[in-house]
Order: sequence, then C-alpha cells, then structure tokens
Amino acid sequence: MAKRRVMFTFPPDLIKEPIIYNLGLKFKVVPNIRRADVSENKGWVVLELEGEEHEIEKGIAWVVGKGVRVDPVVGDIMEG
Amino acid sequence: MEPLNLCDFCFSPLEAVYDYKAMSRGVSKEKIASGPLSMWRYRGLLPVDGDVVDIGTGLTPLVKADNLGSELGLDQLYIKNDCLNPTHSFKDRVVSVAITKAREFGFSTVACASTGNLAASVAAHAAKAHLKSYVFIPSDIEQGKMISTAIYNPTLVAVKGSYDDVNRLCSRLVEKYNWGFININLRPYYAEGSKTLAYEVAEQLGWRAPDCVVAPAASGLLFTRIWKGLEELSMLRLTGPVNTHMYLAQAAGSSPIVNAFEAGTLHVHPVKPDTIAKSIAIGNPADGYYALRVARESGGAACAVSDEEIIEGMKLLAQTEGIFAETAGGVVIGVLKKLAASGAIKKGDLTVAAITASGLKTQEAVADVVRPFVVQPTVESFEEVLGKNVQV
Repeated sequence: MAKRRVMFTFPPDLIKEPIIYNLGLKFKVVPNIRRADVSENKGWVVLELEGEEHEIEKGIAWVVGKGVRVDPVVGDIMEG
Repeated sequence: MEPLNLCDFCFSPLEAVYDYKAMSRGVSKEKIASGPLSMWRYRGLLPVDGDVVDIGTGLTPLVKADNLGSELGLDQLYIKNDCLNPTHSFKDRVVSVAITKAREFGFSTVACASTGNLAASVAAHAAKAHLKSYVFIPSDIEQGKMISTAIYNPTLVAVKGSYDDVNRLCSRLVEKYNWGFININLRPYYAEGSKTLAYEVAEQLGWRAPDCVVAPAASGLLFTRIWKGLEELSMLRLTGPVNTHMYLAQAAGSSPIVNAFEAGTLHVHPVKPDTIAKSIAIGNPADGYYALRVARESGGAACAVSDEEIIEGMKLLAQTEGIFAETAGGVVIGVLKKLAASGAIKKGDLTVAAITASGLKTQEAVADVVRPFVVQPTVESFEEVLGKNVQV
C-alpha cells in the first residue's frame, strides 16, 4: 500500500461538496485529514491518502477534474 | 537530528530549534570576528556538527547606497549585495548548510528542482563535496542558466511539463529514492543558512539591527529567517532589542503572500505565476503563512510591483549604485521606492534592501538597454554619429 501527502485547495463553489467523502467512496483510497481550514469563501485540507498507487493516482485525477487544486504538502518544490 | 521536513502528525513544516542558553556560552562577537571571512564565521549559530562544505559563501558587501537613497529620499539606505556569492546568489548560503547536513546524514546523492539559482548552487556545492547531484529543470529554461549549472557536471534532468508537474514529480521522487532533496527532506537545515544574511547585516552595521528590511519573497523562507537571525542575535545579547520593520516584496504576477496580507488573512491562496521575476515565481509558498506573520508582527508590510516597475528597479539600482541585480532585485527596489514614496519607510530610517542574485542570469529582462552608436573607425565618423552627445 502506498501513502501520499497532499494539500487540497477548494474554490468557493466546491466548499460545500463532500469531495473527500466521495473520493473514499469512488476509489479504494483512505483519506486521513491532518489539518484543515475551511470558511465560507475558501478552504484547504492537508491529508494523507492511503491505497494502491494506481487508485491514488486515479483518485487525485478525479479530484483535480472536479476543480480542486492538488499540491504536494510541502508547497512548491521548484525554486528560482 | 534527522533528514525530516514535516511533522508526522499534522504535516506542518519542521524547524531547527536550539538551546540558546548553551549556545550563548560558545558565541561572542570576538569569536565571530576571528572566524573565517565567510558565512561560516557564524558556525556556532548553525545546526552543523562536522566539517562544512564551503565554497567561499557570504560576508558579501553591505554598501551604503547614497545615490539611490538620494533618488528615493532615504538618508540611511544600505544594499546587502548577495550577487557576490560564488554562484552569484544568496542560495549559496542555504545550500552550503544543506549539503553539509547531507554529508553528515550519509547521503551520497543530493537533488533539487530549480529554474536557475538553486540549480547552480546545488551543483557547485555537490561538486565540492564529492556528492552526486540530480538537478531538475523545466525543459524550456534559458541556455545561459543551463550552462551555469551544467558546468559543475550534475545529472541535469529537463522535465517536459508545467512547474506544477515538476513539483509533483519531485514530491514522488523523494519518497522513492534515498536522496538528500535540498528543499524537501533537508529543508529545515537549508532554511537556517538564510539567517547568515541577517547576522552579517547586523555585524556590518556595528552589531545592531536595522530599522527596516526590504526582502523578496518566493517561498517566504528567506524573509522569515532574516527575522529569526535578527531575533537570535538579540536573544544572545550580541545586539540590542530588535525593532526592525520587515517589508516583504513580490512581483504582482506572483504575489500570493501580498494578496493574503492585503486581504487581512493568514491563509495564502495559491496562484498561477505570471511574471518576469521567475526566480521568485512561487505560486504555492511553503512558508507563506510564517512570512505573513513576520510582516505583521514586525510592523512591516507586504507589497507587490508590476513587471514594468521591476525593470525600472533593476535599471535604477544599476544606474545609481553600479549593481546589476536580477529581476528579484528589481522587485525589491520597486517596492522600496513605493514604501519610501508612501512614507512607510522614513527618511532617517536605517534601511537594508536585500539584493539576492546577479542580473547576469536574467539579462534578457533588460535587453532593451543595448542601443549602441555604430561608427566607422574614424574620428570624423565618431563625431558625425554622436554629434552633440560628445562631451569634451
């Protein structure tokens, strides 16, 4: 089983959607939330995804397709 | 100590912490002054144990910028010129510490992802330390930047894709390979190298903290560590109390921290960068939250300038002080100009502007300055073409 640490950033129109719940339902991925800050206009969640590598990949692609920004939890790695 | 950058529980970034009481027994102004003429004179304030990897970084000039100060209405303006580090940027400070730690941890390979300054510095330090290095660059990077990295003979990997793709690739590689990834698993140590810029400024000012600092922010790490460095010196009683106002500078085309500052929030919302200041074009800054706190708690601010103002800033610095900075330097001078004009920085404030890298790497940004007079090799032609422009 693989683990991936990621940060989801939600646009205002997706804040009320149960995207993380559905991620767990649709794919064989266990989301484990570690930190989050969600308000009316914006929200971010730092979480660990556990599952087979290809299931995590498919799950992340689905989340991105919904309009959520997915980043490595360490922020941007590429520097000047 | 371990090569770890995140807390296992909440995934927040980890930071090096010190026993300052113990540290104070081994650090003094005299001991520092008798140390090497490099950033390693502050070794007692850095998280290293063994031999250091030093290519001659630091103790860069702190120049009294009277010409620029006169233009901006500032009487006590100084430029910290980090263009004069061995690979021409402040990155040598952070990489020197990170590679030292990589060797201590027993890594035989180090890696980074960069658009230029970090790449060259990692490759140079790895060469000095006899370590293998993998440097990931975007495939469309300028030839000059590739050469200034490739000369040190790293394994240069050009990645086809967006910056986000490179970020994702590297976050996967660090899980798979036992490498010292400079700004991932070595990041807590890498970060500490930035403090030496603050130490030097304080020592060069006669052991005092400036009234104001203007520094560029990409990830926000340099900005937070300048503050940490000044605070540490005060805590160790090497300087008096710190009343420095910290001003953070970003390009308007990549200003997630400035956006959050202006919105009055501590949440830094990621952006898609679109600016000529590529060396500080980070859309999702890892230390954005902490940089915001420093700007607020120090009574400073966060400001952004347009690409046009960046170029103006580069030219102004070059044409008043003879310092050719890269685009990030243009950002700093552009923001400094705004802060002076608005009265946020006052005429008598002892102000330090951090110029973090040389313009030789981003010459294309100001290529329009090249407008030579073309003459035949005769006095007649010279006087005919230049006409009244000739001053006797």
